[in-house]
Amino acid sequence: MTAVASEEMVRVDGLVKHFPITQGIIFKKRIGAVKAVDGVSFTLYKGETLGVVGESGCGKSTLAKMLMHLETPTSGKAYFQGKDMFAISGGELRRLRRNIQMVMQDPYTSLNPRMTVGDIIGEPYEIHTEVAPRGDRRRRVQELLELVGLNPEHLNRYPHQFSGGQRQRIGIARALALRPEVIVCDEPVSALDVSIQAQVINLLEKLQDELGLSYIFIAHDLSVVRHISDRVAVMYLGKIVEIGTDDEIYNRPTHPYTQALLSAVPVPDPTAREHREIIRLEGDVPSPADPPSGCRFRTRCWKAQEVCAVEEPPLVPREADPHPSACHFAEQRHVVA
Amino acid sequence: MRPIDETPGHLLDVRDLYVEFRTREGVAHVINGVSFYLDAGEALAVLGESGSGKSVTAQAVMGILDMPPAMIPSGEIRYQGENLLALPEEKRRHVRGQEIGMIFQDALSALNPVFPVGWQISETLRRREGLSKEEARNRAVELMELVKIPAARERVKDYPHQFSGGMRQRVMIATALAMDPKILIADEPTTALDVTVQAQIMDLLGDLRRELNMAMILITHDLGVVADVADRIAVMYAGRIVEHADVHSLYAAPAHPYTKGLLESIPRLDTKGQELSTIRGLPPNLMRIPPGCPFHPRCPYAEPVCVEQVPPSYDLGAGRTSACHFAEEVRRDSGGV
Repeated sequence: MTAVASEEMVRVDGLVKHFPITQGIIFKKRIGAVKAVDGVSFTLYKGETLGVVGESGCGKSTLAKMLMHLETPTSGKAYFQGKDMFAISGGELRRLRRNIQMVMQDPYTSLNPRMTVGDIIGEPYEIHTEVAPRGDRRRRVQELLELVGLNPEHLNRYPHQFSGGQRQRIGIARALALRPEVIVCDEPVSALDVSIQAQVINLLEKLQDELGLSYIFIAHDLSVVRHISDRVAVMYLGKIVEIGTDDEIYNRPTHPYTQALLSAVPVPDPTAREHREIIRLEGDVPSPADPPSGCRFRTRCWKAQEVCAVEEPPLVPREADPHPSACHFAEQRHVVA
Repeated sequence: MRPIDETPGHLLDVRDLYVEFRTREGVAHVINGVSFYLDAGEALAVLGESGSGKSVTAQAVMGILDMPPAMIPSGEIRYQGENLLALPEEKRRHVRGQEIGMIFQDALSALNPVFPVGWQISETLRRREGLSKEEARNRAVELMELVKIPAARERVKDYPHQFSGGMRQRVMIATALAMDPKILIADEPTTALDVTVQAQIMDLLGDLRRELNMAMILITHDLGVVADVADRIAVMYAGRIVEHADVHSLYAAPAHPYTKGLLESIPRLDTKGQELSTIRGLPPNLMRIPPGCPFHPRCPYAEPVCVEQVPPSYDLGAGRTSACHFAEEVRRDSGGV
């Protein structure tokens, strides 16, 4: 699964998205901005899974929307196979949209209740008619249903006739309809029960192997992300604070936030309680409309010193471990048993 | 389905409880003979997936089921020896809140948005103990300090929307503690929260339980959260308690195929790069629960006897029970003796 050939699929460079906060009704005066994503850079290679973790408000879903071309960045660039995603239009943009698809979190609201499953999965062909000629669509949809483990005869049923896990499979089939190369999965299993989660994760992995897909896998469940990802990016208040292979992030984290996040995950093993190091963060995540100066994590960090308020730590390889970490005092600390 | 010893004197003793929901489509058998007990100061976790009946069990104990559509055809809920189901509503109301408190998953919808939090925390005190405004406010501040809300005296007049998710959950806990209940029922108290905040709230609940010697029923779907806080676990499936044990033995060697399947389907360090094991199929429709053992269509251990006979709760010693015809075998396979 690891990217050996390292063919670059998506490259994001200093991506920024600020949502203006306005006052007044007629003359909307701009009084500030929610800095949802504030300078994010990474590369996604062919066939790999990049996990993105972080708590609510860290900007992971805004990042997903920008990659889907649903939001335009305030600044920064994003490239798909070397092409600037936000500088293209017309036919080129249509081709881009075909190649990056998305699986949504909520299988209940992301499927139109009045459309049959066949219509839902076949809808992308209405827009991208070149992919499947009209007479061929029914067969294509049935193939997709089979691919995601559903009965191909069920294409005339409605979403309410399916369970949550099955609906998520329908959402995956729809994402696969245009044979994309990259799939952005935004919390694809967090609305599902534990016993169903595993089925969907296995399906995503199987599809990746068979179709050579690249995933951007956004989730807050660290154990799920660890299972599926080749590399992991940890986000806090609109920035990536640490990025590396799953081994680097989980076994040798050097950023205090990553360490605290890992230590806060409840482990399904009562004996682990005794020999686990618990780091408890104080307080809540600050508002992205008014992030702290310097390092954004300093208000909750036990290592914070004066320099942290003045100078923003860059995301660069640190002495403690050769993977990038945005902390002035990066040091290894093993927190997960 | 009587998993537990018959000795009287438990603080709370639920015996053979049945709950049905009458709907237009038919009768949903949501709780089918649930029995459990709770002693003073103890923490019992009720673990189950959606539709397992865990929340309905909690609501029945609390006496907040909507009846109709819900109906309790049989069963007893004994609190300090007295059957709550036989009490007139007026006496029942005395138990609710005063003896048994409850907190819910979504603090934002559980709190009233148009009243200050202090007013809501002290509402029961004013109505039941006739405290004056001044006294009530002082008590509210004390309670907010008890749940570690910083600057409680300044914040007592703030409204719910002015608090963060974690702080709101603390406000709700303070409200539940106002009457100093002997039992606190927590229904998915941290499901809507981020991991680092979840850890703070679980720590707080643990501290309060020890300080106030309060018993707790924790309703959850999260196997990790349970392992961290509970003394005992009851695992529910299709309205039945299928396994009951102390935390350590349950995680070390589950004795019911459902529990075993759940634990195995969580991604762990050693499952990296492998297919996750799954529980095949779907949870049953509660209007058409399969005959015999409700888990048999999904169970790898199923034999003809499982279709014919509802398995009783087998006593495995040391307070452990499992409602499986092959309980001993399952436990051996999970590594237990």
